[in-house]
Amino acid sequence: MAKRQVMFTFPQKLIKEPIIYDLGIKYSIITNVRRADVSENKGWVMLELEGEENNIDKGLEWVESTGVRVDPVLGNIVEA
Amino acid sequence: MSYAKALRCRKCGQEYPLEPRNMCDVCLGRIDVTYDYEAMKKTVSKDNLCAQPVSMWRYRDLLPVDSKEVDIGTGYTPLTKADNLGKELGLKNLYVKNDCLNPTYSFKDRAVSVAVTKALEFGFDTVACASTGNLAASVAAHAAKANLKSYVFIPSNLGSGKMVGAAIHKPNLVTVNGSYDDVNRLCINLSQKYNWGFININLRPYYAEGSKTLGHEIGEQLGWQAPDCVIAPAGSGLMFTRIWKGLNELAILGLIDPVKTRMYVSQAAGSSPIVNAYNNDSKHINPVTPDTIAKSIAIGNPSDGEYAVKIAKESGGGAWAVSDKEALTGIKLLAQTEGIFAEATGGVVIAVLKKLVAAGKIKPDDLTVAVITGAGPRTQDIMADVVHATLVEPTVESFDSAFDK
Repeated sequence: MAKRQVMFTFPQKLIKEPIIYDLGIKYSIITNVRRADVSENKGWVMLELEGEENNIDKGLEWVESTGVRVDPVLGNIVEA
Repeated sequence: MSYAKALRCRKCGQEYPLEPRNMCDVCLGRIDVTYDYEAMKKTVSKDNLCAQPVSMWRYRDLLPVDSKEVDIGTGYTPLTKADNLGKELGLKNLYVKNDCLNPTYSFKDRAVSVAVTKALEFGFDTVACASTGNLAASVAAHAAKANLKSYVFIPSNLGSGKMVGAAIHKPNLVTVNGSYDDVNRLCINLSQKYNWGFININLRPYYAEGSKTLGHEIGEQLGWQAPDCVIAPAGSGLMFTRIWKGLNELAILGLIDPVKTRMYVSQAAGSSPIVNAYNNDSKHINPVTPDTIAKSIAIGNPSDGEYAVKIAKESGGGAWAVSDKEALTGIKLLAQTEGIFAEATGGVVIAVLKKLVAAGKIKPDDLTVAVITGAGPRTQDIMADVVHATLVEPTVESFDSAFDK
């Protein structure tokens, strides 16, 4: 089992969608929200994902395909 | 022994021992080194600092290291009174902190010197980083000095031609067949698999502390005072926050008066998530996809952006962005008034400074420091248009004729 810490940024139109729930169900991932701020206009959630490496990769691809932005919690590792 | 006490989460305050660590287990927040300033106060004084080596390591008592430092000659770079540039902009007390003059030509040497010293203390035999330029060169150079193995990861679409500054020190240069995001992900996975010191992952709390010495030096070089204004670039925002921390540490130790410096973030308009958050009065940084020639600060998801915004606000400063065109003009202005050839990021700083003066945010008498963090020659291709040579025959007459003598 692998763990990954990610941040989801939701555009307004997706705020009401149960994307984190669906991610857990569809890809057998344990989703553990650590910090979040969701308002009427925009929302972000920092969470830890636990599951098979391959499932996490596929699950995050699916999340991005919905229009939610996915970023590493650590920020960019690649620096100039 | 150093005066460092522990690692502490900035968000929730959870403490951890001084170990390799990249984030808080509880809230995924950023972690910082904390110090016993009361004990530090008893030994640190202006006199004993001035007696120390002329390098960043004169501030060793303020850094989290317990062993002999890995030093390639970093720091105590010139703080130049920039009268020509000041005259051009309408400033009487302008200084340029010229960090182009570090051994690998950027401020990264400060951070990496501390990080690689800690890598040895923690017993790592390998250090690694993901970088497209300045950081890679610095890590490779310090690894060479420390006899450590090193790995430098870059996206394959960057091409390895720009990596001479790193490759010369013979790291394992790894081009990853994928995007920036893929490199990010790979490095995080590798940092979990291998017992390596990843400079900007598990060594990051220590890496961060090296940049404080910019603030220490500015305070000392101004004759033990904090300036009225600092204009500094922000990519991840880490260095910006550490200049502030460095100045404030001098005040905590009683070496300068309480800091009233206004801190101004400068970013390129093509990659300005920190400026956006500042302008939207938001605590959260919304990531962007960078598109700018200022590659050193082209970071779309800045790890310390939130804290850079906080400092810009609390200090009464601000956050400004300029176009690439303005940055190029800024590079030329600095080079042609002060003889300092900065990379595009330095051009961003000078262009922002110009805007701040024009907007009346910085007054003519303000004691102002512009922080130039990297040298121009590594990326000189962006300035190719400045070369306009005059062709003459090898005769005095031809020269006189060409120059109206």
